[in-house]
Amino acid sequence: MEKWYWMIVVVLMGLTVRWAVSLNSYSGAGKPPMFGDYEAQRHWQEVTYNLPIKQWYFNSSDNNLQYWGLDYPPLTAYHSFLCAYVAKFINPDWIALHVSRGYESQEHKLFMRTTVLIADLLIYIPAVVLYCCCLKEISIKKKVANALCILLYPGLILIDYGHFQYNSVSLGFALWGVLGVSCDWDLLGSLAFCLAINYKQMELYHSLPFFCFLLGKCFKKGLKGKGCVLLMKLVCIVVASFTLCWLPFFTEWEQTLQVLRRLFPVDRGLFEDKVANVWCSFNIFLKIKDILPRHIQIIISFCFTFLSLLPACIKLTLQPSPKGFKFTLVSCALSFFLFSFQVHEKSILLVSLPVCLVLNEIPFMATWFLLVSTFSMLPLLLKDELLMPSVVTMMAFFVACTTFFPVFGKTSEEELKLKSFCISFLTSVTTMLLLTLMTVTLDPPRKLPDLFSVLVCFISCMNFLFFLVYFNIIIMWDSKHGRSQKKIN
Amino acid sequence: MAASGAGGARAGGGAWFSALALGVTFLKCLLIPAYHSTDFEVHRNWLAITHSLPISQWYYESTSEWTLDYPPFFAWFEYVLSHVAKYVDEEMLNVRHLNYFSSRTLLFQRFSVIFTDALFVYAVHECCKCIDGKRASKELTETPTFILSVLLLWNFGLLIVDHIHFQYNGFLFGLMLLSIARLFQKRPMEGAFLFATLLHFKHIYLYVAPAYGVYLLRSYCFISNKPDGSVQWSSFSFVRVFSLGLIVFLVSAFSLGPFLALNQLPQLFSRLFPFKRGLCHAYWAPNFWALYNAVDKALSVIGLELNLLDPNKIPKAAMTSGLVQQFEHTVLPSVTPLATLICTLIAMLPSVFCLWFKPQGPRGFLRCLVLCALSAFMFGWHVHEKAVLLAVLPMSLLSVEKAGDASIFLILTTTGHYSLFPLLFTAPELPIKILLMLLFTIYSVFSLKTLFRKEKALLNWTETLYLLGLVPLEVCCELLFPLTSWKLKYPFVPLLLTSGYCAVGIAYAWLRLCCSVLLGHPGGGKTKRN
Repeated sequence: MEKWYWMIVVVLMGLTVRWAVSLNSYSGAGKPPMFGDYEAQRHWQEVTYNLPIKQWYFNSSDNNLQYWGLDYPPLTAYHSFLCAYVAKFINPDWIALHVSRGYESQEHKLFMRTTVLIADLLIYIPAVVLYCCCLKEISIKKKVANALCILLYPGLILIDYGHFQYNSVSLGFALWGVLGVSCDWDLLGSLAFCLAINYKQMELYHSLPFFCFLLGKCFKKGLKGKGCVLLMKLVCIVVASFTLCWLPFFTEWEQTLQVLRRLFPVDRGLFEDKVANVWCSFNIFLKIKDILPRHIQIIISFCFTFLSLLPACIKLTLQPSPKGFKFTLVSCALSFFLFSFQVHEKSILLVSLPVCLVLNEIPFMATWFLLVSTFSMLPLLLKDELLMPSVVTMMAFFVACTTFFPVFGKTSEEELKLKSFCISFLTSVTTMLLLTLMTVTLDPPRKLPDLFSVLVCFISCMNFLFFLVYFNIIIMWDSKHGRSQKKIN
Repeated sequence: MAASGAGGARAGGGAWFSALALGVTFLKCLLIPAYHSTDFEVHRNWLAITHSLPISQWYYESTSEWTLDYPPFFAWFEYVLSHVAKYVDEEMLNVRHLNYFSSRTLLFQRFSVIFTDALFVYAVHECCKCIDGKRASKELTETPTFILSVLLLWNFGLLIVDHIHFQYNGFLFGLMLLSIARLFQKRPMEGAFLFATLLHFKHIYLYVAPAYGVYLLRSYCFISNKPDGSVQWSSFSFVRVFSLGLIVFLVSAFSLGPFLALNQLPQLFSRLFPFKRGLCHAYWAPNFWALYNAVDKALSVIGLELNLLDPNKIPKAAMTSGLVQQFEHTVLPSVTPLATLICTLIAMLPSVFCLWFKPQGPRGFLRCLVLCALSAFMFGWHVHEKAVLLAVLPMSLLSVEKAGDASIFLILTTTGHYSLFPLLFTAPELPIKILLMLLFTIYSVFSLKTLFRKEKALLNWTETLYLLGLVPLEVCCELLFPLTSWKLKYPFVPLLLTSGYCAVGIAYAWLRLCCSVLLGHPGGGKTKRN
């Protein structure tokens, strides 16, 4: 294949953009006493290296859970341990117990950024490349263009390489899961997805579609024969992978409980800080967080979430298809984001990943969504002084998508749909631009200090609700379209 | 890539070009927070000088060590910029604020480079029109124009020198490429004007002035040739010579006039041509003198070991300590500025002669230009490694038309770009320079291979091995060496190795280019008078 060098060029381009963004500041830089996510990751390296496993998730004099206690599953802890091991070779001061709190230096920043790059290079980027290569019925050039656009998605780059996190690991594993399951390597796919869940518990947003798709496949193969065998194998794989990851924590019931308590802090409330979901937006008009008791909040959020994702999941179980699977991932993750409990703004990345995967099927809408998703994180990015890289990467992503996915080469039916959306798209983009400009240049009125972040969240939420409806329509429409096509044929 | 099929490629029109230009501009914006060298302070100082002092002081001001040493047009350019700068951060325009730095200053300076690159983008667009589209294939990405656009717009050397190290080469190369394009488009007066202007922006372009002079004289001032291609003396046009001379004179008068009136020309020239500096820059440019120095050093070491030399007679200051002073060689004869000038002129002679006796139109001129630039790089006095870009960028135009040129281009570009690595010595920029270098090299090698797939291989085994040898060299110099104990004792060793290794490649490219000019390229139909 002559064009393989293009894929290398695309990967190099993606890596260059990532490292260029990492030259900027990180979350909590120079902001004692709590600093930010960067310090949290450094602290986890300190804790996992210096303390025995039994103490990682427990509050103690050596491990103050109020100061960035571990609240991700064990795989994150093991990853931090690995990084700490390397850090010890280079400079033990970086992870010295207690003493290294708030440690900041150029070399340390370089080390931390390198760990993100290596994790990305080993897990996420190969998944993207392989995914694009496995796409069917499109030319090699389009595969390469698709890879470039996915790798240029600004949200992930800004959060991982700017704000500082390791989302590329969990999203990468999830993508391996999607790849495996779509290509009928169900066991490997399930294993990869289990690893994703064990890295970040938010991946549970993706779990229902995986479950429904695999269940659907089992049903299709017939529950009395191969289907049952497949089901058994899948159950074994899931149980085995969970056991392996949680082994040190399964020795005592108290250990397991404590980890679960750290992963799912139900005491914290419906939402924290400003996030572009329904509850936060609704809270502007009616303070439900204060009015309703905690358990009612949980029940309401549970109901709304499951009601909104049920149609798509049922359809996926009855008619499992890779395309339906990807769209269901989108709608499911979006439902969770909009209606679930204790959602953070960074969780939008869990929706963005599946949307990246359907970029080549609905380029216009996907690009629009991905731009809004990055915009919804604007308050966070501005706090980390990432305005310039945000604006530049968003523009670059937009230019790349419009260059490689010509919008008006489709059938007239879709053209009609698109033309009606054009106006909404322009309105949406203009609003986003205006709001960005206002947030950067103006000071909010004294009575409403959070005005701009609330506006950003509200407008993003409206956009997301629209997309939720749109994606659900696509999922439902697709079957009718497919069925009528079959009838014609 | 935008659409399949030739129709789509044509209809896409300028869309892909705009996408490429926008893409590289976004990358430049992302590089804003990267490391910048002392050249940043140099230009800030020049903004301050031109803004706050009268013209009569510009070439005398020396509060800062970074005195104004570019010709007057560049000073005027800084003057214009300073009027925008005063709305951004007035503090940077104070001459006494040495090493002044603020985030606004950084943004302003970086954006000024990015903005002035617009001229470079325009020049590339014009150059693309001059390319022979004979090899046009249905695939957009395999057309010479697309490949040339990428090779020029995304040139690694220009990116890291201008947008990280910090300089204003973008628009200057834009002027040069535009003047070349005008010569191709048979608008020689414009070409001459643009080049004369360029000379007064940065006098380093004097290196290629012989090519311009001879070409314009031979191919423009002599209106027709004899049937066998030699000079027809009777067709000499005084009008044309006179108009060219007038253009050059007017431009020079505009530039140097004010300083002539102030009787400051000697001071100006002493600033522009500081021959007190040594044969080699602090970091040796990979040219002939680098090899000369290396051989001299090696011979002196051997001589000392075999007791052929008297240790007392050897000057203490070692050239390898990296200071910019005048040195003497120990074994081989010392080199004076005059000697380098003579060597340079002798090296340029063959190409200039060929341009006179066997004119082959604008392409012959371009070949001669590249050879002049490369010869000056090889033999010049106090050459900066950045000067290799003077040869690399015009060579890109030749590389997309002939396989032989593509082959020379790959060697020249890869070694030339690698020799720029020591300019960025900070750790955070290490991944960027490696990634960008890989990006550019892999793209250039494979796109040119695809373009010339019907001809024989572009690089033979030795050349490929030599280029691949850059990888272990980089690993040794930047990753392994700092971890050894030699780092303190012999800090210059990586620079020496880099410059020596690259000098071999660049010398080889220069020799091959000389041969291709002297032996005449078997390009069909190019000997006709254009």
